[in-house]
Amino acid sequence: MAGLVLGLIAISVAAVVLAWKPALPPVPPVAAASFDRATVLHGETLARLGNCGTCHTAAGGRPFAGGKAVQTPFGAIFSTNITPDPATGLGRWSLEAFMRAMREGVSRDGSFLYPAFPYDHFRRTTDRDLAALYAFLMTRPPVSTQAAENRLAWPYGYRPLLAGWSFLYVRKEAVDETDRGRYLAEGLAHCGACHTPRDRWGAEVVDRAYDGAWVDGWYAPPLNARSPAIHPWTEEMLFAYLRTGLSPMHAAAAGPMAEVVRELSGVPEADVRALATYFAGLMADAPAATGGKTTTDKQSEADRMHPEGATLFAGACASCHEAGAPMMMQQGRPPLGWGTSLHVDAAHDTLHVIVQGFAPPVGRAGPAMPAFGNDFTDRQLAEIAAYLRARYTDLPPWPNLEQAVSDVRKEGGQ
Amino acid sequence: MISLTVNGAAQSVDADPDTPLLYVLRDELGLNGAKFGCGLGQCGACTVLVDDRPAFSCLLPIAALAGRKVRTIESLGTPDRPGALAAAFEAEQAAQCGYCIAGMIMRAQALLERNNRPTEAELRVSLAPNLCRCGTHMRILRAVRRAAAAMGGGVQESSR
Repeated sequence: MAGLVLGLIAISVAAVVLAWKPALPPVPPVAAASFDRATVLHGETLARLGNCGTCHTAAGGRPFAGGKAVQTPFGAIFSTNITPDPATGLGRWSLEAFMRAMREGVSRDGSFLYPAFPYDHFRRTTDRDLAALYAFLMTRPPVSTQAAENRLAWPYGYRPLLAGWSFLYVRKEAVDETDRGRYLAEGLAHCGACHTPRDRWGAEVVDRAYDGAWVDGWYAPPLNARSPAIHPWTEEMLFAYLRTGLSPMHAAAAGPMAEVVRELSGVPEADVRALATYFAGLMADAPAATGGKTTTDKQSEADRMHPEGATLFAGACASCHEAGAPMMMQQGRPPLGWGTSLHVDAAHDTLHVIVQGFAPPVGRAGPAMPAFGNDFTDRQLAEIAAYLRARYTDLPPWPNLEQAVSDVRKEGGQ
Repeated sequence: MISLTVNGAAQSVDADPDTPLLYVLRDELGLNGAKFGCGLGQCGACTVLVDDRPAFSCLLPIAALAGRKVRTIESLGTPDRPGALAAAFEAEQAAQCGYCIAGMIMRAQALLERNNRPTEAELRVSLAPNLCRCGTHMRILRAVRRAAAAMGGGVQESSR
């Protein structure tokens, strides 16, 4: 460990020399009226596609004013204020400084940014789109607020190390706009930031793209041939899911993905279709697509194996989720076994939804579930999860369920 | 027979273990404060406290309750000697048809026991799972603010 850190420091010293970045001069605050309206509107679409507001807005805070903690294995990184406030935001950033930050991960003052800001993706964005995004951000209401200090373990608070990271992991490449879905997914939409596993230094593992990964205590499932989905993720199903938060052949979006869907509900339909086409292609060889998956409902077997889980399910869950329940009949919601979260190796996503419930991902109507965190003890939650897994999948039982419940309780703040 | 502790008293009930608590409270124990609204955890009329936390009793099987403490609105006072929340709801005339009120009071009780100085935003988030079809939410919020003050606290303006 110490050797590796020293090695990284050595590389960083070299990289700082090689990759030293000057401060770019502050510019006088740019009048919002100087931006063309069509460009600003295009920038708004791009900001939604890039999900900028989700990280750059604190709970209950003003949009884009930052202050939200992003938890990483290295510590907590607080998002910055990207409103055009001259003192605390981007108000004195030139377009050149903004583009450098988006492509090279370097702040206007020359300091390196943490790759929690996914410039390894954003760099694959055209000049025209970056200029539109700049126009959108520079026309937001300015908010004066200073970003909180990051809370990072030693030595990660030392920013010049990031020059080494950037030197090792970020390669110059041409921006390729020919496939709209690919352009968005690999660039601004930064889907891999959640769905691709990272190495020990927090960089996405290129040859494991979309293999599935952990983010904020949720497991973001694979989006490639390893997809464990029970039904094929066709373009049509992906479009419904990304646009409305509900796939009729899978399940509803919850957790961090619900925030993505909320943004995608407000962009041009063609962009969502392009993303759907791209990911349907990546999952074309998944078991569900090649006929390798079947749905199952082993109710009597599960009742025998997990009698307590069966009783709790009958009292708490069945009135909405059992076949023939009014909610199933009226709203065409998919059976529980069709959701991917029962078919992945960790129970966390299933438990998060039971403990916290979820609100409709888009608008005020739509799929929703009340929170059951107060209703059940940790052991009871584990029983219910074990019952669901036994009843609706042919997979082995989840190991360490009580640990998973405890993780989810901590992350859910309950 | 299943054993429950309701409002401090041990109870034994002869019911299927997957029976919702609400049915046992109303049909077996004669505690009619909690109401059946939707039966789906969408309205909150059935809210009671389980180990001091609010829960929808219509979706809570009694099998889940061994060794846990259930409290209903009957434990908070009587018509002659109402609790702080009931008195505040009466003072603010916060009920129209009244069907949602027992659930509203129990959810507010859980909040104020935990924190009698919530912010306005915390108050609203906390009560959000409970609906009032008559639309008296503004009076309900006033009543909870009044009760918070009566309980030695108060609802704080949310800081922005």
